[in-house]
Amino acid sequence: MGNEEAVFFSRVLTELTLSFHIIYATIGVGIPLMIMIAQWVGIKKQDEHYILLARRWTRGYVITVAVGVVTGTAIGLQLSLLWPNFMQLAGNVIALPLFMETFAFFFEAIFLGIYIYTWDRFENQKKHLLLLIPVALGASFSAVFITIVNAFMNAPQGFDVVNGQLVDVSPILAMFNPAMPTKVAHVVVTAYMTSAFVLAAIGAFRLLKGSNHIYHKKALFLTMKLGFVFSVATALLGDFSGKYLAEYQPEKLAAAEWHFETGKGVPLILYGVLENGEVKYALKIPFALSILAHEVPNAEVIGLDQFPKDEVPPLYIHYLFDTMVTIGMWMTVLSLVYIIGTWRQWRFVLSQWFRWLLVLGGPLSVLAIEAGWWLDEVGRQPWVLRGILRTKDAATTSGQVDLMLVLFAGLYLVLGVGSVVVLWRMFRKNTVEQELADRASEKAGDAL
Amino acid sequence: MTLEIIGISALGLFLFGYIIIASIDFGAGFFNAYSTISGKQHILTKIIHRYLSPVWEVTNVFLVFFFVGMVGFFPKTAYYYGTTLLVPASIAIILLAIRGAYYAFTTYGGLKHKRYTILYGLTGLFIPASLSSVLTISEGGFVTMENSAPVLDYWALFTSPLSWSIVVLSLTAVLYISAVFLTWYAHHANDEAATNLLRKYSLSWAGPAIITAAGIIFEMRTHNPEHYQRLVDLWWLFGLSVLFFVGTVYLIWKRRAYGLAFGLLVGQFALAFLAYGASHYPYLLYPYLTLYDSFTNKSMALALIVAFIAGLGLLLPSLYLLLKLFLFNKEYVQGNRNDEHA
Ligand code: HDD
Ligand code: HEM
Ligand code: HEM
Repeated sequence: MGNEEAVFFSRVLTELTLSFHIIYATIGVGIPLMIMIAQWVGIKKQDEHYILLARRWTRGYVITVAVGVVTGTAIGLQLSLLWPNFMQLAGNVIALPLFMETFAFFFEAIFLGIYIYTWDRFENQKKHLLLLIPVALGASFSAVFITIVNAFMNAPQGFDVVNGQLVDVSPILAMFNPAMPTKVAHVVVTAYMTSAFVLAAIGAFRLLKGSNHIYHKKALFLTMKLGFVFSVATALLGDFSGKYLAEYQPEKLAAAEWHFETGKGVPLILYGVLENGEVKYALKIPFALSILAHEVPNAEVIGLDQFPKDEVPPLYIHYLFDTMVTIGMWMTVLSLVYIIGTWRQWRFVLSQWFRWLLVLGGPLSVLAIEAGWWLDEVGRQPWVLRGILRTKDAATTSGQVDLMLVLFAGLYLVLGVGSVVVLWRMFRKNTVEQELADRASEKAGDAL
Repeated sequence: MTLEIIGISALGLFLFGYIIIASIDFGAGFFNAYSTISGKQHILTKIIHRYLSPVWEVTNVFLVFFFVGMVGFFPKTAYYYGTTLLVPASIAIILLAIRGAYYAFTTYGGLKHKRYTILYGLTGLFIPASLSSVLTISEGGFVTMENSAPVLDYWALFTSPLSWSIVVLSLTAVLYISAVFLTWYAHHANDEAATNLLRKYSLSWAGPAIITAAGIIFEMRTHNPEHYQRLVDLWWLFGLSVLFFVGTVYLIWKRRAYGLAFGLLVGQFALAFLAYGASHYPYLLYPYLTLYDSFTNKSMALALIVAFIAGLGLLLPSLYLLLKLFLFNKEYVQGNRNDEHA
């Protein structure tokens, strides 16, 4: 296999593994927080339903964590296996957050083990809830640390290269790079948002499928409220991410916006297609790109004309950007309508078609996560480390990457199908109605 | 102590931790599968699940810690091992992934099937075998430099007696460690039938484990004389290790102090691990890579060590809590507590 092929297959395998891992990882970051909130509400209101909600979410969560852990282990090793040159360099400068991440994993894993096996051990339910805090912290900090590494790839700093040697390395400076604040915040908040809407989708689905239990209504209302809050935060932080790009990675923003010529007071291009270098059928919002980038309608925004041709990222990232932003806006509006509709008892929020929209919100949010990451990663091309190391120089020279790609694709297929089947059976066999009845009779037994 | 030594010691500690707890896990899976075939499943399954359930994810993190720490402290290893290990490491990852996911699916998701149980048991043997190839490769002789990039010679690896002895050692060690631990655990749980069965397993795997270990030293003489000489210089550590081994076997034979027996076993492996590691010094990969020329820069090393100490401050109390609630909690171990998972 020539080196070009090795680079190509390394890319595809990395894309595949990360795109698969991120689904479970995002859920893994967000769900502990949702469980915590539900259990807390349950304890405060002394409402059995919320406690059961937390308990059932936990059961599903254990399955997604398992897949998150094994695919995470895969990508952790693959980074060295597929990008040895990159990791050798990165190891010297950005190893600190990677290393700290393993402690976050430990923390999460240990307390998750304790949490799931101690549901009935404590008299005082609050003590059990306390055990969940380290799980949620560990999960969120895994995301924070790994995103710091990724931020470094986009805005490397904290070292100098003199005669091919790394000098003056500062791990702290490398961690607190300019991309880090907006990126970390946006990633963590989108994980919360996605988890809320995925859980909401489950509740809406049960309601659609005939169960009219108040349990599902409570679950749906709670998760939609949370989803709304986090989707507003997402849009806000996404706007900050755009401003970061304008300042530090203008080529990514310009490619995402099909902004070809540097100019003042530039419009935002939404949707559309590119035909022979011309934008067609697009929605142009005057001055919006200037505002997005610099908050002033007349600000200058750097266009693609300022960059050498071989440093311009692929232009298809525009579609990814549109997908992400559209879903973000849509989910904000949808959740707001649902919340107001529920308060004011609008009839249509209880209708079948509206509930289908809520069900659709779960997969859509996951799609937005994928689109966002692809935008971020493809928009960094041709660089692995922006301005320092090109992707094509970072890959392995090994000749068997194509075979590994096939093996891993098979693995993810098995894991994906397996996890869905297991989750499906788990909740179908043991319905809420059934479980509530069981618990009631158990209680009655205790009282005798 | 130099920074390099601190770094490799921290990594060694966690690697050793992984070897012990993962061996218990792998061996348990194998015994479980074996008992399904031999119709003794009712004796073992409960004991094994009771121990494994709360800790399987923690086991995995030990491995992750090791390889992430390795790239942190010794970034050059990412280049040398990363380039050469693509195939063996990928196979190990895939097996680990199937195993981990299957475990979660059955334990929490109620997916059960005899065929999978057997498959699960077998992966527990293939994983140590494929992971141990890293050890073999580190002895040198399998990696050559072509156009200044390291290349692994698979043919040499597959036909080398050293590599097969290491594979066999990893298997016998896994089964021996696991059997001794589970004997203790079953005894702790007052489960007589399981204790007796596992005691039998412990005694039958003790011999093969020590013989294969001796075999490696023998192989090393021809494969890597330099390393062999350094091993021989540390004969007293190996001697102590053998004494511990005798102690374990004696106690188990006499059905006495199973806890101490397991303690001695950990001691035995710790001493052998230490002696092996010390004699490997200063090489990480014969003859290309040493601790010193692959070490990271000073500021990163200091930062990692500070993070390590802070991390341990967080980790040790948490691990203690986990062990206290599950491993050393008689009520839980004996199954008197009604601790169903979520
Ligand atoms: C639920 C998912 C989701 C939603 C609804 C949004 N985003 Fe996003 N976005 C992400 C999920 C995401 C992400 C997956 O978390 C990314 C990928 C890498 C990153 O830093 O975050 C991301 C990256 C990302 C970037 C690139 C940052 C970079 O490459 O450094 C920008 C400019 C935005 N987002 C802006 C927005 C805006 C203006 C949104 C309007 C609502 C929005 N995002 C909604
Ligand atoms: C920003 C994207 C990522 C996020 C948000 C994320 C988050 C997580 C989370 C929360 C877990 C715990 C498992 C779970 O709860 O489901 C996990 C597992 C893991 N992730 Fe990721 N991850 C990301 C990308 C990566 C990358 C790029 C790597 C490679 C260095 C990686 C390495 C790992 C490893 C090694 C594990 C397994 C840890 C264990 O054994 O417990 N992750 N990830
Ligand atoms: C978890 C969400 C992520 C997804 C879905 C994702 C997706 C991708 C994609 C699509 C590529 C290929 C780009 C191309 O070649 O055109 C890529 C490359 C890469 N990503 Fe990510 N990525 C994620 C997070 C991360 C993180 C957190 C890190 C850092 C630790 C990382 C490290 C890399 C590396 C080293 C490459 C290869 C070099 C390159 O192509 O630039 N990724 N990723």
